[in-house]
Amino acid sequence: MKYALHYLLFLLILSTLSSCREDDFISLPDADKLPEQEASNIAGFYLLNEGNMNMNKASLDYYDYQTGLYTRNLYGTANPNSTLGLGDVGNDLGLYGSKLYAVINASNKVEVIDAETTERIAVLEVKNCRYVTFDGGFVYVSAYDGEVSLGNDKPNGFIAKYDTINFDLINKIEVGRQPEEMAVSNGKLYIANSGGYSPPQYENTISVIDLDSFKVIKAIEVAINLHRVKADGKGNIYVSSRGDYYNTPSNLFVIDTQLDQVIDQFNIPCSNLTISGDTAYVIGSAFDYSLGGFKVDYAMINTQTRELLSQPFISQELVDNIKTPYGLAVDAYSGNIYITDAGDYVSPGKLYAYNLKADSLLFEQVTGDIPSQIAFLFKNAYKN
Amino acid sequence: MIIYKWLPKQEAILLLCALLFIACVCQAQEKYVQNYPSPRDTTAVYDIDGVTVESDRYQSRLRSPMPVQALRGKELEKLNSFSVADAIRYFSGVQLKDYGGIGGLKTINVRSMGSAHTSVFYDGVVIKNAQNGQVDLGKFSLDNIEALELFNGQKSNIFQPALGFFASNTLFMQSKIPVFEDEEQEHAKISFKTGSFGLINPSLLYERRINEGLSVAFNTEYITANGKYKYRYQKENGYDTTATRQNGDIESLRAEITLHQAFKSGGKASLKGYYYESERGLPGAIVANIFSHYQRLWDKNFFVQGMLHKSFFDKHELLVNAKYSSDYNRYIDPNYQTIEGALDNRYYQREFYTSVVNQYMLNSWWDVSLAADYSFNTLDANLYRFTYPSRSSYYIAVSSAIHRDRLEIQANLLGAYVNDKVKFYQKGSDQQVFNPVISVSYQPFTLHENFRIRAFYKESFRMPTFNDLYYTFVGNTFLRPEFTTQYNIGATWQAKPNHILEAFTIQVDGYYNQVKDKIVAMPSANLFRWTMMNLGEVEVKGLETNLRGIKEIANVSLEIGMGYTFQKAIDITASSTVYGDQIPYTPVHSGTFTSSASYQNWQANFSFIYTGERYSQKANLPVNYVQPWYTSDLGLTWKNRYGKYQYSMGLETNNLFNQYYDVVLNFPMPGRNYRLKFNISF
Repeated sequence: MKYALHYLLFLLILSTLSSCREDDFISLPDADKLPEQEASNIAGFYLLNEGNMNMNKASLDYYDYQTGLYTRNLYGTANPNSTLGLGDVGNDLGLYGSKLYAVINASNKVEVIDAETTERIAVLEVKNCRYVTFDGGFVYVSAYDGEVSLGNDKPNGFIAKYDTINFDLINKIEVGRQPEEMAVSNGKLYIANSGGYSPPQYENTISVIDLDSFKVIKAIEVAINLHRVKADGKGNIYVSSRGDYYNTPSNLFVIDTQLDQVIDQFNIPCSNLTISGDTAYVIGSAFDYSLGGFKVDYAMINTQTRELLSQPFISQELVDNIKTPYGLAVDAYSGNIYITDAGDYVSPGKLYAYNLKADSLLFEQVTGDIPSQIAFLFKNAYKN
Repeated sequence: MIIYKWLPKQEAILLLCALLFIACVCQAQEKYVQNYPSPRDTTAVYDIDGVTVESDRYQSRLRSPMPVQALRGKELEKLNSFSVADAIRYFSGVQLKDYGGIGGLKTINVRSMGSAHTSVFYDGVVIKNAQNGQVDLGKFSLDNIEALELFNGQKSNIFQPALGFFASNTLFMQSKIPVFEDEEQEHAKISFKTGSFGLINPSLLYERRINEGLSVAFNTEYITANGKYKYRYQKENGYDTTATRQNGDIESLRAEITLHQAFKSGGKASLKGYYYESERGLPGAIVANIFSHYQRLWDKNFFVQGMLHKSFFDKHELLVNAKYSSDYNRYIDPNYQTIEGALDNRYYQREFYTSVVNQYMLNSWWDVSLAADYSFNTLDANLYRFTYPSRSSYYIAVSSAIHRDRLEIQANLLGAYVNDKVKFYQKGSDQQVFNPVISVSYQPFTLHENFRIRAFYKESFRMPTFNDLYYTFVGNTFLRPEFTTQYNIGATWQAKPNHILEAFTIQVDGYYNQVKDKIVAMPSANLFRWTMMNLGEVEVKGLETNLRGIKEIANVSLEIGMGYTFQKAIDITASSTVYGDQIPYTPVHSGTFTSSASYQNWQANFSFIYTGERYSQKANLPVNYVQPWYTSDLGLTWKNRYGKYQYSMGLETNNLFNQYYDVVLNFPMPGRNYRLKFNISF
């Protein structure tokens, strides 16, 4: 029995040796120095990295114009008590007043964050939330899952309306299946319905909500599998269709918000677009028979004349460098174009800054995984 | 019980009849085969069922030109393991991808080549998943497993089905074979396990001798568990959240019946029927704000397989295997609401497999064999734009084995032809592959016959799965197979019993692997979807060491085993931003320690597993860093006998120090947990 005791003692020693593990800290932000930007009303911008599904790796970066510092991974250390951090799959980012709204799709939440400190202000619980937009002191959230408010087995999505001071849920309204982006124009909210959960029975309408009454007043037929909606500030909205990935190609349409009708279509593919001043910048890819593969286009549209310009908005050299163009934003003051490259989706992506007038690449910068949405921070914030 | 509705009954019955017929014919034929040569004394002592004859097993392990690790009988009992997946963690060079809990998916990855590069064999016949290439080892209970053997490369016996040669690594699971003493007519064993996670697990084994050569074994097992356990996510100076794992419940039933026939004149046959069904929750990833999931999975698996091993003329041996298997999966996601209701995917897989192996002894030291296998796989699913693929695969292996006293040389030439058919849309292209394999074992010192060195070179491949090729939106029909090249050099030394140790073995292997044309998911050029591509190249350099020793002190028998693995598995994909980084979930250092002490009716065992730091994604950045983990398991068993009844009781404590860890990021593993075991047998 003496030996049995020795054996136990030996095990005890082994266990003690093995029972220490290094402390697990929240990963710290890290910064890189980039060129400073000329002073304007824009202080800088936040960039939301999606992170892969199940990885819980959505992250927030910030580029400060004055110092030129690009800081990755800000959220964790600013919010040490927020369990498991920002969350899983960052889908949209919006800035309204002094607050940042990060839509974290697979975490079923919209994080409301102080744009100065990156600290959490509130959490809006919205199941399968997709995008945000703002108007008149309210934030509108589109969400795929109607189950909670609409009853079980309902495939339709909904739009939730919250006030931006107390974050009370004001109202919820049913729209089409799997609603995506929204835009406000002419006192109305335009929502792209995709129907992406039931191929080939995609949705093909834009739902129109009257913001005064918060009622759906119309469904405008456009094309299948709608995705992006951007207002041009002149009474028109630009709507993209993803197509069916097989026979029906992606396309871009214009809706007049007086008539609530499609008034134009460009027959160009569109995976992302942004509108700044009188120009719409459009990224899309289409199968090119002369190349025998997909070709990415970086197209510009004059929103006054609705004319497709012949020139791409970045240089051919940059076109060749970007592997998977993803996010897109334009600084309204400097005209600088920011494009993100999601790379292979599973390793850190890149941010490119390009000056169209000078035809020069200002910088390229490593980001988090799948950099997607950019939200500019204004110095004189619109007050709620 | 759920009725097996979808099984084409006629087909199954026909097959069963055919197999029975073969078995009968062979038994009848026995009369005419009088002078069957007794199995020659070669080093190829592997039994055709995939495991080694007890007395020869150390010899064979020593002489094997490819590294082999085995766990059998009592060794398995000492590991507190519930499923095959738990046990294989003790093999060197193995990473188990474990999603946690009793019902969580568990797949094996050997020497960082990816889980699709390890073939799993059950009673000598491969288990194939043509849909996604994954074999969930958590579904195989250890209740009726006699032995587990892992070969880097292939089993070192040329008398085996062609598929045994084709994988980069092979794992053999052997169920218990009835052994009757002179007077015995039947055996029975009733076991019961219960413990943490609401586990209730009764099982029954019944074996009966029908006549001198023929016996039947029946084994059934039921498992139910609520799968609930506490886990904790915590950061220094930050959040500290403890929650209970949800939706990890499981209910499963397994039943197996096997007929074993041993022929007087040598050779044998067996016929096995297997049924498994389960319903489980998929507990899902724990991410911010999400602590419960609602997806569920149903499985039904049925197969029948027959084996015949006979010699029909001098110096010749024949091995025939045939199998029919049918798999059904149903997956529902209540959060994915389509116009037809919640997402409800159903998959039906069928396989017909047959293999014929002929071995001929050219002379006293040279054997040659020809193995030819054919398999036919189909997949049906209720998916949008589904292609309804089927696949015919032909495998041929020509082998030569030379056995001299101090030298073993084995060479194989492998050829495969794979042809897919689809009902709709586009099919993948036909594939033809040729692979050479060569392996050598040599005893360099005449005076140290228990010291051997070995080396092998092996090329291998894996076909793109049906999901890789045809999955709606993601599949890519232009895929080519994924190729591996392996180089291995190693040595084994077995010490003779001496005054210090009763037994001591050390085994060391160094290896270099390359994986080319790795099939990975990439963003597709149309910017909306992922697609599968042959893009990725990995280089693996590794070292494995295993030690084993037995010591008797007074009345206590002490057994100790240690394993250490060093692995540099580097992404060498050209133009990749992560070129030179260690691939995800591959620790540089990992190790195991096992020990047991027996004293009279008591037996205590302790085992320890260490997995070093890893990265959860391709880039080796701090944000992707995953902490090392190590668990200690302790077990105590008491055995006794009353007349012909043997009974035992055991208590297991797993993860003794209650370490909270993830094997796969965001899939938390259980903390300290317990299991109580009873069994009675006669």
